[in-house]
Amino acid sequence: MSAARSTLAGAVVATLRRDLLIAYKRKNDLFNPFMFFVLVATLFPIGISPEPEALGEISAGVLWISALLASLLAMDNLYRADFEDGSLELLMLSPHPLYFLVLAKNFAHWLVSGLPIVLVSPLIAYMLNFPEGAYSTLVLTLLLGTPVLSLLGSIGVALTVGLGSRGLILAVITLPMSVPVLIAGTLTVSQTLEGASLSGYLAIMGAMLVAALTLAPLASAAALRISVN
Amino acid sequence: MDKQPSERTEQVETLTPLLAVDDLFCERDERVLFQNLSFRLAEGQVLQIKGGNGSGKTTLLRILCGLNDNYQGLIRWRGELLANCVEKFRDGMLYLGHRVGVSKVLTPRENLLWSGHLHRQISADEMDAALAQVGLQGFEDSQCFTLSAGQHQRVSLARLLLSEARLWVLDEPFTTLDVRGVAFLENLIGQHSDRGGSVLVTTHHALAVDGVTELTLGVGQMPRGSLS
Repeated sequence: MSAARSTLAGAVVATLRRDLLIAYKRKNDLFNPFMFFVLVATLFPIGISPEPEALGEISAGVLWISALLASLLAMDNLYRADFEDGSLELLMLSPHPLYFLVLAKNFAHWLVSGLPIVLVSPLIAYMLNFPEGAYSTLVLTLLLGTPVLSLLGSIGVALTVGLGSRGLILAVITLPMSVPVLIAGTLTVSQTLEGASLSGYLAIMGAMLVAALTLAPLASAAALRISVN
Repeated sequence: MDKQPSERTEQVETLTPLLAVDDLFCERDERVLFQNLSFRLAEGQVLQIKGGNGSGKTTLLRILCGLNDNYQGLIRWRGELLANCVEKFRDGMLYLGHRVGVSKVLTPRENLLWSGHLHRQISADEMDAALAQVGLQGFEDSQCFTLSAGQHQRVSLARLLLSEARLWVLDEPFTTLDVRGVAFLENLIGQHSDRGGSVLVTTHHALAVDGVTELTLGVGQMPRGSLS
């Protein structure tokens, strides 16, 4: 019996593959967070001021807030459909540790919702007259920060997936946890512009990512067990 | 409220039973679903769990397969407490629930590939054979939202064919199946039992399988004079 037992890597790859396939087949969901990010960022010049100076000053914050909101919007897809069709139960009854399977789902989700935002951010930054010389820092902080947002959001979704009407509760759970990431991200960018050394700030963001990678899937897995219970 | 569920399980205690349940107690919303529930499931035994609507059949199955831990009592898998051998237990158990675990945007083949790999390595040939056996030949690559509820159920039945689990836990597996599907599944349960596998199944319909033992939940919990 054990000869044919799938390896942990096999199960993780199968889960990753499946989630990417589902995302690919649901193209609407795929582009929603991306479009949302672009739209929110575009509204700021209209709402505040089209003056290049004023825009340049707030651009880092605008980009980070847009990324945060876009990731929040995207979170709901993470476990919802799986909960409703029973796939989540199959995932939990797998002999493999739920931690790694949840991590695979989170990674797939970040690839389709977080990565596009990171990739398009320089373009939106240019539109917002983002100060020259900090582009690479911006992309780097988003690259470190958006996975943390996804991993933290996953906990909130896992907790609320069983509730009938969730409304704002997901935001209420997730946003307070996300604020440190927002602060670290914008601070890193502004410190770069003032000529400070980057390594310390990036190290903090890297530490946040490592902590989220190791702890958040544990919390998500526990929350999913409660939700399915 | 406090009457014991009747128990007509023939106990064959020659070997360590595959699954042993002792003094199981579960209440939901301050209503006792079952208490002092004890039974043994031997290898090769098919146990049909009966009981009216709301008598706790699904809850019992979810407790037994580890999806619900809101209970008191002891559950042993091959003589070991469930909590101490979770991985081995999940390796040897296959659960088909009310919600069949079939993603609507994926095809039957993609669904099986994923759920199969959560347990064991399966080859493309095995998978095609299983899909053909459950009558989904020609539908392997159609997205599942184009298929009927019965066909979704058949996708999940293909999991039984691909699994090497000793214990099948089936929650109302017959509901959406047509007559031939029902006969097919009954046959499958019979074969599994002949090979020494055990089955826990809830259904309201009379199982046409040899040697089925029955466990009835919630006897006497309905008020007198009401529909029971």
